Amino acid sequence: MASFWSYWIIILTTIMIVGTTWVLFANRKTDDSTTERTTGHVYDGIEEYDNPLPAWWFYMFVITIVWAIAYLVVYPGMGNYPGLIGWTQQGQYEAEVEAAEERYGEMRSRYLAMPVAEIAQDPAVRKMGMRLFGNNCAQCHGADAKGRYGFPNLTDDQWQWGSTPDAIKETLVNGRRAVMPGWESVLGSKGIAEATEYVLSLNGRETDPGKTAAGAKHYATYCSACHGQDAKGQEIFGAPNLTNGIWLYGGSREQISHTLRAGRNGVMPAFKDSLTEDKIHILSAYVYSLSN
Amino acid sequence: MKHKVIETNIGIMIVFVIVAISFGTLVELVPLIMGKQVSEPVAGLKPLPALELEGRDIYIREGCVGCHSQMVRPLRAETERYGHYSVAGESVYNHPFLWGSKRTGPDLARVGQRYSDDWHRAHLYNPRDVVPESNMPAYPWLFDDEINGETTGRKMAALRKVGVPYTDEDIAGAAEAVDGRKEIDALVAYLQQLGTLLQTRR
Repeated sequence: MASFWSYWIIILTTIMIVGTTWVLFANRKTDDSTTERTTGHVYDGIEEYDNPLPAWWFYMFVITIVWAIAYLVVYPGMGNYPGLIGWTQQGQYEAEVEAAEERYGEMRSRYLAMPVAEIAQDPAVRKMGMRLFGNNCAQCHGADAKGRYGFPNLTDDQWQWGSTPDAIKETLVNGRRAVMPGWESVLGSKGIAEATEYVLSLNGRETDPGKTAAGAKHYATYCSACHGQDAKGQEIFGAPNLTNGIWLYGGSREQISHTLRAGRNGVMPAFKDSLTEDKIHILSAYVYSLSN
Repeated sequence: MKHKVIETNIGIMIVFVIVAISFGTLVELVPLIMGKQVSEPVAGLKPLPALELEGRDIYIREGCVGCHSQMVRPLRAETERYGHYSVAGESVYNHPFLWGSKRTGPDLARVGQRYSDDWHRAHLYNPRDVVPESNMPAYPWLFDDEINGETTGRKMAALRKVGVPYTDEDIAGAAEAVDGRKEIDALVAYLQQLGTLLQTRR
């Protein structure tokens, strides 16, 4: 703060405190013995008493003034004067963070040094992981981690990007961007309908045999590159298994056909810039523990 | 001078009352208004682009500020949950500021880039679709209503008058940038930039 404003604050505050004190004492009336107990004015026969302030009230007022002065000596308040104990809001925050770091940091770095699969069995880690999950993951994946339409279930066997501890951690650290293109311009609506039938047939659903055969050709040409010849998916592309009846965007004929037509672009945000490494490690263990 | 003189002379009374109540403003507000701390933007702060600006106005129109604050306080419990505490330099282009004071929902000061655009769209269409226990209202009309860019440039010009450094090009291109876009696009764009300038690992 510029020194002008510092003095401005100091001078105005001092005037205020001195002025308040003066008003209090200058108007004090202690002599209770006089016969003149009223102010002297009368309205419609009503008179107003002019009693002294009650002593407790007066001394409370004095205490507030003394408190204000003491406060301004100990804490920063008078312009740039830092106060006797050097308190700052930022300092208090940093001390709070440091105390927490001292309390939990050692434990977290111990877990960080241990493999994910091992600490996933530790109840303390699961409890911490559950809290972290609630704050960072539950908004999309649900508090029970069972996912929602468009956001994967983390408790089942379907793993778009891999189920190993390393793959899970990588997903958390760097995020994932799934790219399923829309095929309408390539296949046309007839082709989309045929491919839809084929995908349904992979799940043992009842389909039109003619369309299914045509769809199989489309699949081999366009889809197998990512989803694999056997349609069991490839984790390297984040391409899901199409044969297990688990559908991120719905498994009805209409929903599958919409996915084929318009494409899907699921995004998992990266947490490397928002969570520390030890917390990501614990969170990975929690997610791993959900299905292992 | 005794009570009676002041109490029976309303002119003197008014003067004394004004003097008494102005001390707080003079001491606590005036030095801040004059100081650099609240007028100097944090590194990288830019005025909101046209679409985000319209998003901000939808945020105001729908009353988001009534249930969501945009102010992470310097307390560990808050920075653990939301990220770096809010600083004055992040708000220097906010007219009005949207800090809020009510948290029926979570603080949004650092919500930018935390969720995907798809999540925001699903969530605003019907919050229960993604967060079953949510009591936030649904905003389905944002997906139908289009933005009219007619006033966007004028809004920017007005903000420039109070110190937001919009350029003439910004104002000239504003209408084109937002015309015909859906309101949901604007709101999501606004939300996705909130608090992204101060990123810390928590």
